Amino acid sequence: MATKILMPALSPTMEEGTLAKWLKKEGDEISAGDIIAEIETDKATMEFEAVDEGTLGKILVAEGTSGVKVNDPIAVMLEEGEDASAAEEAEAPSTGSDAAESDESDEPAKAPAQAKSSDDDMPKPDTTPDWPEGTPMKTQTVREALRDAMAEEMRSDDTVFVMGEEVAEYQGAYKVTQGLLDEFGDRRVIDTPITEHGFAGLGVGAAFGGLRPIVEFMTFNFAMQAMDQIINSAAKTLYMSGGQMGAPMVFRGPNGAAARVAAQHSQDYGAWYASVPGLKVVQPYSAADAKGLLKSAIRDPNPVIFLENEILYGRSFEVPDLEDFTIPFGKAKIWREGSDVTIVSWGIGMSHALEAADKLEKEGIDAEVIDLRTLRPVDYDTVLASVRKTNRCVTVEEGFPVASFGNHLSAVIMERAFDWLDAPVLNCTGKDVPMPYAANLEKLALVTSDEVVDAVKKVTYR
Amino acid sequence: MAARKGSASGAKAGANVSAEELKQYYHDMLLIRRFEEKAGQLYGMGLIGGFCHLYIGQEAVVVGLEAAAKEGDKRVTSYRDHGHMLACGMDPKGVMAELTGRDGGYSKGKGGSMHMFSKEKHFYGGHGIVAAQVPIGAGLAFADKYKGNDNVTFTYFGDGAANQGQVAETYNMAQLWDLPVVFVIENNQYAMGTSVKRATKSPDFYERGIAYGIAGEEVDGMDVLAVKQAGEKAVAHCRSGKGPYILEIKTYRYRGHSMSDPAKYRTREEVQKMREERDAIEHIRQLLLTGKHATEDELKQVDKDIKAIVNGAADFAKESPEPSADELYTDIYTDVAPQNA
Repeated sequence: MATKILMPALSPTMEEGTLAKWLKKEGDEISAGDIIAEIETDKATMEFEAVDEGTLGKILVAEGTSGVKVNDPIAVMLEEGEDASAAEEAEAPSTGSDAAESDESDEPAKAPAQAKSSDDDMPKPDTTPDWPEGTPMKTQTVREALRDAMAEEMRSDDTVFVMGEEVAEYQGAYKVTQGLLDEFGDRRVIDTPITEHGFAGLGVGAAFGGLRPIVEFMTFNFAMQAMDQIINSAAKTLYMSGGQMGAPMVFRGPNGAAARVAAQHSQDYGAWYASVPGLKVVQPYSAADAKGLLKSAIRDPNPVIFLENEILYGRSFEVPDLEDFTIPFGKAKIWREGSDVTIVSWGIGMSHALEAADKLEKEGIDAEVIDLRTLRPVDYDTVLASVRKTNRCVTVEEGFPVASFGNHLSAVIMERAFDWLDAPVLNCTGKDVPMPYAANLEKLALVTSDEVVDAVKKVTYR
Repeated sequence: MAARKGSASGAKAGANVSAEELKQYYHDMLLIRRFEEKAGQLYGMGLIGGFCHLYIGQEAVVVGLEAAAKEGDKRVTSYRDHGHMLACGMDPKGVMAELTGRDGGYSKGKGGSMHMFSKEKHFYGGHGIVAAQVPIGAGLAFADKYKGNDNVTFTYFGDGAANQGQVAETYNMAQLWDLPVVFVIENNQYAMGTSVKRATKSPDFYERGIAYGIAGEEVDGMDVLAVKQAGEKAVAHCRSGKGPYILEIKTYRYRGHSMSDPAKYRTREEVQKMREERDAIEHIRQLLLTGKHATEDELKQVDKDIKAIVNGAADFAKESPEPSADELYTDIYTDVAPQNA
C-alpha cells in the first residue's frame, strides 16, 4: 500500500518548517535510514530520514516551500511492486492534522497539595493533646531526644540505618548520634567520606531498594551540594513513576545560624524546602516535638527534610516518659493562649516568639504563640482560627526576608481571613544580608525578640 | 585490580552460546531498533513531545548485559532509556504509551520518555539529570548488600556523565563498601554534540576506577556476545563480594542526541560507516545465517513478528486516553509504606 510521508516535527517546539531540499527524486529506491530531504525547523536545518524502505512515488511539496505544517503530506512512498498510479490514489489531500492535541478544556481539580482544602472556610484546628493527660514526664535535651528517637526506631525496624559524616566513631559532629554505633554496629551506623552529593544519592538508591535511610548532613549548608538528589531524585520520583516507587527516607541535621560561623555556615533553608512538592518539611523547637516528629519522619513513606538547630541541641525540655509516642505532621502546637495578637513561628524562631510574649505581657499585651512544627504539610487551620480571634498576626523566622515562609503565611491569611484582620500581617525575619562574622554585625543580622515586640506593637497600634 | 584494554570479539573468542540464545539476542535487539524507529516516527507526527532520546545503534549493550543478569538483579540508567526497559522485559505498550503521555504508560503519562520505572522488572529509572543515576545505582546495591542477598545492580551511564563529580564520589564509596554494582559506561563517543576527545584528556573511561581500586575493562559494544561475556565476568566479580566493576562499552548511536539534533558535529560518512561495517544486529544476522542456525525465511518471520509488536504498541499508545485531570494531584505523597523491594 502506498503511504504518505508527512512533514515531521523535528524539535519540541516546531509547528511548521521549510522544505529546503529534496535529496531523492521521484522513482528513487529508498532504504530505511536514507536521508531523503533537508528541512529547516525553528532551530536548525535537519536531515530527514526515511523510516521504511520503498520507492519515492511522488513529491507533493516542492523544495523551497516554506510554512509547511507538521503532519502535512510531503511525498508518497510506494511499496515493492506498486506503480505510480498508487501514488495518485494516496495523494488525496488532507489538510487537517489528526495528531493528538491536548484537550485544554479539562480543568484540573483545584487542590494544591500544600493546602488542606475545606469548602466552607471555617478553620477546624485539631486540638487533641499530643499525649494523654497525666503522662509522666522527664527532662531531656533536644540532642538526647533526637538520639532516642533514632534508637527506638532502629530497634523496631531493621531497615532503618543512619549514614553521614562522623555519625559513627566520632559519635556525631554534634553528638546527636552518640551511642548508636555501640548499640547497632557498623552495618547500620555508617561513617561516610565527605561526599554529600554522592551519599545523598546513595541514600536515595537505598530507599528505592527498600531500606529506610536516615541521611545526616553535618549541617544543612552542605546539603546544597546534594540538592539535585534531594529535589530531583527523592522528592519527584513517586510522581514521575506514577506512584510505583519513591524515597521513604529522612534527611536531617542542624539548620540555620549557629554562632560566629559566618555566611557559608549560617542559613535557614526552611522556606526553600517548603516550596517543593513531594518533600515533607519538619522544623521542631522543643525536645518532645523533636522526638515525636523524628519518629514520625522515620516511619513516613515519603522523603522528609528534618531541620534541627545547633543552638537548640543543648536546651532542655519536658519529654513524655512513654515507651513509644509520635507527633503527627501538619498539627501546630499552641504554646501560649492569648487574645491580642497571634505570633506564629517554628524552630529556633520559637525562642524569640516566646521571649517576646513574656515582654509583651509586662506591657499588658496578651499574645497567642503558635509553633507550626512542620512547614509541609502546614497547619493553616490553627493559625486561621487564632487570627479570627486576635485579628492580628506576626510571623517569626530566621531565614531571609524575600520569599520567606512568613510571606506565604501572610498570603494565605489575606486570602482566607481578610475580613478578620485589623492590621497587616508582619513578617519578622533575618536581614537581607549574608551572615556577617563580626559579633556586633551578626547580632544585627539575626531576628530578635525586641523586633518581634516592635512588630506586635505596630499591629496592635500601641 | 586491573584495567584491561579491548577484549576480543565474543564470537571469535568462542563465546558459549546456543543457536536459541543467538536468535533471542537477534529478536531483542531488533525489537529495540524497530521500537525506536517507530518512536521517531510518532515524534515526527507530534504524538510524542519534549525530549526523546533514541537508542538506535546501541542495542547490543543492554541485550548483552541482560543476558548476564538473573532474576532479582536491578538496573538504573539515564534518559536514553527505552532500550533498557525493553531489554529487561517491560511491556512495549506501556513504554510507548508513556512516550505519548497517556494513561496506559508506565507512569500514567506523568513521567515521559526520560522518567519511567518498573518495580516488577527491577527497573529504577529513567533519570533526566546526567549522572544522577550513578549514586542511586550504588544505593540500590547497598540495599542488596545490607539485606544479605547476592543481587547485582547494573548502573548505566554515558561518556558524558562519566565526567560528572558524583561519579567519582560514587566510585569511592562503592569500592570502600564493596558494593555489588556494575558500572556500565556506554561510550557512544558523543556527549550530546561534544566528542570524547573534546571533553577529556583521559579518554579511557575503564581506567578511571584505578584511582579507587576498581577493576575495569573495555568492551566492543557492537558485538552482543562480547558484551555478554564481559557482563558475566563483571557480575561474577560483584556476586562473589569483591565489590564494583567497571565496563566501558564502546558503542555508537546512529541518531542524534535527541530528536532536535542537526548532527553537525560528525560527518554523515562516519555514521554510515558504522552502520554498514559494525552494525550489531547485522552481525548476529550473519552469524545466524552462515552458521545455518536460521534461514532467511525464519528471520523474515522474526521481523514480521516484531513489526506486529511495535505496531501494537503504537496503536495502544495512540488509543490510550490522556490521564484524567485528577492525576495532576495524585502520587505527590503516599500513605502506603513501600514493600521491601
